[in-house]
Amino acid sequence: MIRLEPRPDPSNIMIGLTPIFAVIATMIFGGMLFVFLGKNPVDAIRMIFWDPVFGEHAFYYRGQILVKAAPLIMIALGLSFGFRAGIWNIGAEGQFIMGAVIGGATGLALYPLDSFLVFPLMIVMGSIGGLLWALIPAYLKIKFNANEILVSLMLVYVAFNFLIGMVTGPLRNPDGFNFPESRSFQDFPSAHNPELWAGTGIHWGVLTTLGMVIFAYIAITRHIFGFNVRLAGQAPRAAKFAGVDPNKMIAICLGISGALAGMAGLFELTGPAGKLTTTFPVGYGFTAIIVAFLGRLHPIGILFAGLLLAITYVGGDIIQSQLSLPKASIQVFQGMLLFFLLAVDILVNFKIRIGKGISK
Amino acid sequence: MKLLKTLMTGAALVVGLGGVAQAEDKTKVGFVYVGPVGDFGWSYEHNEGRKAVEEAFGDKVETMYVESVPEGADSERVMTQMALDGADLIFTTSFGYMDPTINVAKKFPNVKFEHATGYKQADNVSTYSARFYEGRSVIGHIAGHMTESNTIGYIASFPIPEVIRGINSAYIAAQKVNPDVKLKIVWVYTWFDPAKEADAATALIEQGADIIMQHTDSPAAMTIAEEKGIYAFGQASDMKQFGPKARLSSIIDDWAPYYITRTQAVMDGTWSSTATWDGIKEGMVAIGDFSNDIPADVQASAKALKDALSSGATHSFTGPINKQDGSAWLAAGETADDGTLAGMNFYVEGVEGEVPN
Repeated sequence: MIRLEPRPDPSNIMIGLTPIFAVIATMIFGGMLFVFLGKNPVDAIRMIFWDPVFGEHAFYYRGQILVKAAPLIMIALGLSFGFRAGIWNIGAEGQFIMGAVIGGATGLALYPLDSFLVFPLMIVMGSIGGLLWALIPAYLKIKFNANEILVSLMLVYVAFNFLIGMVTGPLRNPDGFNFPESRSFQDFPSAHNPELWAGTGIHWGVLTTLGMVIFAYIAITRHIFGFNVRLAGQAPRAAKFAGVDPNKMIAICLGISGALAGMAGLFELTGPAGKLTTTFPVGYGFTAIIVAFLGRLHPIGILFAGLLLAITYVGGDIIQSQLSLPKASIQVFQGMLLFFLLAVDILVNFKIRIGKGISK
Repeated sequence: MKLLKTLMTGAALVVGLGGVAQAEDKTKVGFVYVGPVGDFGWSYEHNEGRKAVEEAFGDKVETMYVESVPEGADSERVMTQMALDGADLIFTTSFGYMDPTINVAKKFPNVKFEHATGYKQADNVSTYSARFYEGRSVIGHIAGHMTESNTIGYIASFPIPEVIRGINSAYIAAQKVNPDVKLKIVWVYTWFDPAKEADAATALIEQGADIIMQHTDSPAAMTIAEEKGIYAFGQASDMKQFGPKARLSSIIDDWAPYYITRTQAVMDGTWSSTATWDGIKEGMVAIGDFSNDIPADVQASAKALKDALSSGATHSFTGPINKQDGSAWLAAGETADDGTLAGMNFYVEGVEGEVPN
């Protein structure tokens, strides 16, 4: 019999170091994977982790890492509040889509208005789109105690079909030969979210994300709201006695995560993606769940986790084209990262006991 | 200091990184695929084209590819990465790569780009596609003869002109030989999702279809057809191994000749921006072997149709053809012009249902 026994006092240093151990373990076992695929593991690992940041063409990749990381971090920040409070929003992908559709539709309705107010209005509408979409599971949970995991997840598929309906119908580009796509925001300057400094990849969404990290850091460590969130998650009864209204908590946590996911969707749409298409969602909302946990639900941790995952995406494309590796091998590699993180986590928090004896 | 350096090199990217390429004398050719090369359909055939380029030029070329690249920002990054790594020619093989291709092409004026199935060109961006609808005529003809339930199931991906053209072409050919034939269409909104494609095939069979056609990339529907003992057609690649009994014939995309020609043009310095739309005649669209289940006379008439399409004696869209609402489209003997075909957004008379809107 192998049993897990909780460590009475898990080491804080070890908890902080787990992501590093996980990355090292991923490099070792991922390296073995590349050996089995007939490639030089040192080259492969270097291409994934080193080249995007310090390699020959890093001047380009660094910006792309920010482009890739920004939506992940922004969504994960929003999710982290709910996850801390024990409220599981799994449908950030749907809120991301709705933010892009509602915010994007607002902009397209104003085409070709030339005003500096268009873009801020779109950001607000995008956030509201995500917010309202996330309040559906919140309402159903408060009113009928419906499971928010299922409801929010199911709403992803509803949102996706809504997106398809919009781009094949009302939002379709009238000059686009009937292809199911909206107008390009690149051709609509007042709604465009451009690269602010050429070659850096930085757009308004990246800057906003950085601001959100600081904001979330203050909220969770210095503000009574952050305290209430943590209390609700760790000791729901105590939270009730302290006057934390659980229903309010559900609405606020889902609302925040929805609004941030919606905003991320709007920035992605008007910037890197450029237009609404049926292939607009590429899974940021789901990957952000991994980022949130990889980052320990802590704003600074999420910042680094988002960057790390973005590096593996960019690096993953590099090794694919340089070493002719299949995409699946990169996905296995990324999966290993999460697996080892969870595994190391368990070893830090639990002791493994073999045999029947109960240790004191 | 580091930041300054980053910004400066960043600026260099804009000023003209086109010069980075050409470091070696090998011609580097990049391919961006929307699905996995193991889809045994669309991306698989593009990858076969890539292999043919390697075979044709041996040491003189180096190819690279990235598979399953999402359309949008990710594809732009992958293309830029290939250009930075010294690609001289890059094939972007999905419609959704259109704007990213144009964007990256602007940054690398010395790199040649070839975008499949799109409509935006630039000085260093060509477009190319195949007249798949000619193949649809041939398999529609066979299906019209072979169906006993008079119901053909059609798995459609996205309601874009390319797909609607295929539906119309298959229907016109089937209806010509079997006036009672009906098309049942299921829209799956994906190019590659074996689970969804399989579900669609099952649903169509339950609605009485005894032949399945598809405009998606995986052989999932073929395997379902084999299981249920009905017929299907290979799409993009032959797919025989997935339905030895079910497969009647196939529409095969053969990109190899085009890819070799274009690579040669880059080597010779004769490459120029073109818009190519080739069909059976040029060999870009091929029809797979006929199954022995097809009676000899149908095989003969299908082959005759293929030859006529190839020689130009007949056109898939030859009037009289009405639109679905009964309004006249093509007069007797009139053939559709490429412009209308390229933007086709309506069904022809007899196709049931509505173009999703």
